[in-house]
Amino acid sequence: MKKLFIAPMALCASVAVAADLESRVEELMLKSFKESGIAKLDRQVRDDVQKACSSPTQPDAETMKRLEAAEMAKIQWPADGNYTGGDWKEGAKIAISGRGLTWRDDLASANGGGCYNCHAMDPKEVSAGTIGPSLVGYAKVRGNSDEVVKYTWGKLWNAKAYNACSNMPRNGYGGILTETQIRHVMAYLFDPESPVNK
Amino acid sequence: MKRTLLATAAGVAIALASPAATADEELNFDAYRQMLADGNPAELYEMEGEELWKTARGPKNATLEQCNLGLGPGVVDGAAAQMPRYFEDTGKVQDLESRLLTCMETLQGIDPKLVIDGKFGRGEVKVMEALVAYVVTHSKGKPIAVDMSHPKMKDMYELGEKVFFYRTGVMDFSCATCHNDDGKRIRATELPNITKPAGAAAGWGSWPAYRLSNSQFWTMQHRLWDCFRQQRTAEPIYASDVTIALSVFMAGKGNGAKAVWPGVKR
Repeated sequence: MKKLFIAPMALCASVAVAADLESRVEELMLKSFKESGIAKLDRQVRDDVQKACSSPTQPDAETMKRLEAAEMAKIQWPADGNYTGGDWKEGAKIAISGRGLTWRDDLASANGGGCYNCHAMDPKEVSAGTIGPSLVGYAKVRGNSDEVVKYTWGKLWNAKAYNACSNMPRNGYGGILTETQIRHVMAYLFDPESPVNK
Repeated sequence: MKRTLLATAAGVAIALASPAATADEELNFDAYRQMLADGNPAELYEMEGEELWKTARGPKNATLEQCNLGLGPGVVDGAAAQMPRYFEDTGKVQDLESRLLTCMETLQGIDPKLVIDGKFGRGEVKVMEALVAYVVTHSKGKPIAVDMSHPKMKDMYELGEKVFFYRTGVMDFSCATCHNDDGKRIRATELPNITKPAGAAAGWGSWPAYRLSNSQFWTMQHRLWDCFRQQRTAEPIYASDVTIALSVFMAGKGNGAKAVWPGVKR
């Protein structure tokens, strides 16, 4: 009989300890930092996606789906439904540059997309990261159907809409890249003349 | 003679590092690092640090020779390999740098704010860097050996693990974004998987290090500060609890493994 009482209490205690640890870490992430240049302390506070993905294991499938739906709603699609108009040469510059948004940067200069930090794109570029999948021959491999084009725009704008805990930043939603810049990156991925598809 | 050789090594390092390194050079860097192993330019910092350790400084005009790094007053041999550790006198878990701040304050009367609010490579922070080089060189070849038995060490480890996975900021990054898998790279730079003992040891055990690309000696605090910069968070405060917690997490995870203090990096 006694055991029946102890078990729920022990469970409560461990849940309380975990919650306590969580709030202590949140406090630590504020108190151990100071604002510097454009990097203010609001960067230390997590939104729903960041909070749910701050552990070695992913949330359950239902939570993932709920988060992804919320992120999907945040994607800004091109007003005219037209995904073209970008210049792959401009897209290449954005893909190569990993600059921007650190406390040393200012808001006036354009951010890079940092794509090469994690992805292979132009096969001639050997200094490509491996955290993300290779995007070499992007349109050659995937084609340029409406679905693929739309998916790619969405993925660039808000990667968390497709995988809530993706390592990829939310370029459009997070204000990392402008709509024009995303159009250029689209061209870099889809234009047959782009070195990505050569 | 030794000094001449060292100066030559430093000269070669600077000459090779100053033009933008191509990817091939980066990928071949391991061989280059091995070539330099006997003439790590960090030794120049170490010599400066040894002198500073023994020089009377600060309002109290005292040396650091009575500084207790955990193995007793003045014991430097092997001390860095056993840090961070819990210190009774401060009631805190301290890494090498926060402990040196305590010694500078209590023995020499130097205000820790001069380091905490200072700039890397300048003033008292430059002094700190030299002292760190001196102390870690006296743990060269020693394995990571942190004592995890104290409850405050265990608590810091748990907090450090949570910090490691804490995704935040404009790019949604955590430490784990880059250091959670084997064999990954950012551009051509290899990333240790810090969630595993070998990777944690590779990360923790190869800093502080001399960086050839900018001819600077970087302490672990400096390394963590730059990780957070690239993570796009706000600026971490020097020797703050977050930095200590992450240090305990890495050192604890890599415990027992070989270290290469001080390291050489691109």
